Amino acid sequence: MEHTITPGTDAKPNTKWIWKVFWILLVVTAVEVTLAYTWPESLSVTLLNVIFISLTVLKAFYIVSEFMHLGHETKSLIWSILLPIVFILWFVLAMLTEGNWWLFAREHFIG
Amino acid sequence: MSSESLVTGIQNHAWAGGKEPMKASYGKLMMWFFLVSDAFTFSGLLIVYGALRFSNPYWPDPDQVFASFPAMGHMHLPLMFVSLMTFILIMSSVTMVLAVEAGSRMDKAAVEKWMLWTILGGATFLACQAWEWTHLIEDGTTIWGNLWGPVSESGERTPGPVNFGQLFFFITGFHGTHVLSGVVINFIIYTRVRDGVMERTGHYEMVEKVGLYWHFVDLVWVFVFTFFYLV
Repeated sequence: MEHTITPGTDAKPNTKWIWKVFWILLVVTAVEVTLAYTWPESLSVTLLNVIFISLTVLKAFYIVSEFMHLGHETKSLIWSILLPIVFILWFVLAMLTEGNWWLFAREHFIG
Repeated sequence: MSSESLVTGIQNHAWAGGKEPMKASYGKLMMWFFLVSDAFTFSGLLIVYGALRFSNPYWPDPDQVFASFPAMGHMHLPLMFVSLMTFILIMSSVTMVLAVEAGSRMDKAAVEKWMLWTILGGATFLACQAWEWTHLIEDGTTIWGNLWGPVSESGERTPGPVNFGQLFFFITGFHGTHVLSGVVINFIIYTRVRDGVMERTGHYEMVEKVGLYWHFVDLVWVFVFTFFYLV
């Protein structure tokens, strides 16, 4: 998605890329809702959740990269924003594992 | 030296070291770092939600809880209203980018127009959320309890996990507070655009900075939508 912003000189609106991202976000959301409605009970719910989370990350990518323009910043800025997110990923894994343990403890030790 | 020429002097020296680190202005970079810290706050809340949900033997089915639409009475319409809310917020993000784009062309009238649309989108989202909360509370979902437990053999609704209402109202409320502050900040910047402040300083970077905040609010909603309404 090429778009260069030239302050003050370029008088023509350059909005094609904005609408392109809009349609991507809208279609992905529509797909999510359709899946929620039509997913057959015979298929794995875990698989559905994996699809939902992947589509969420896809939407997040387009918002951050295009709307927030991070994809067009310098490499050092991109990395200084993205690297701290690794800690969040670790925190997700740690706490969901912990949540499972709490359930186990509830069912076996507390009753 | 007048204060205006002092400001210009500092700007000429970028970060006073002669050039801008990461080719970004000080304000824009600090907005990014604030957003990283805010991302951690929201992650903390959503991860606690995940851990407590995993620790509950039973969790309410979102298709049952979020199935109402204004003026549609008791029709069962899972996800429809929240999809509309999502659409409104995405749309307001689009009008925000359009405002930033217009600012890069120094098109004052277009910046004003798109900022007003963005403010309207944010306010509409908040109105939708107010309706959703009211409906849920009237239906018995509060921070003290709810009736979204497993349906009994006689078909009666039973109490569900108290955590459900607590996490739902706190996290959507914290997000709504961000939307509200975003609307207020957008309005303040709109009045400055209208009064010609940006035209005098020669750039619309302030619109870009509030734009970053506004898109972040949209970004958080994308995750709230998935983890509260879909999964």
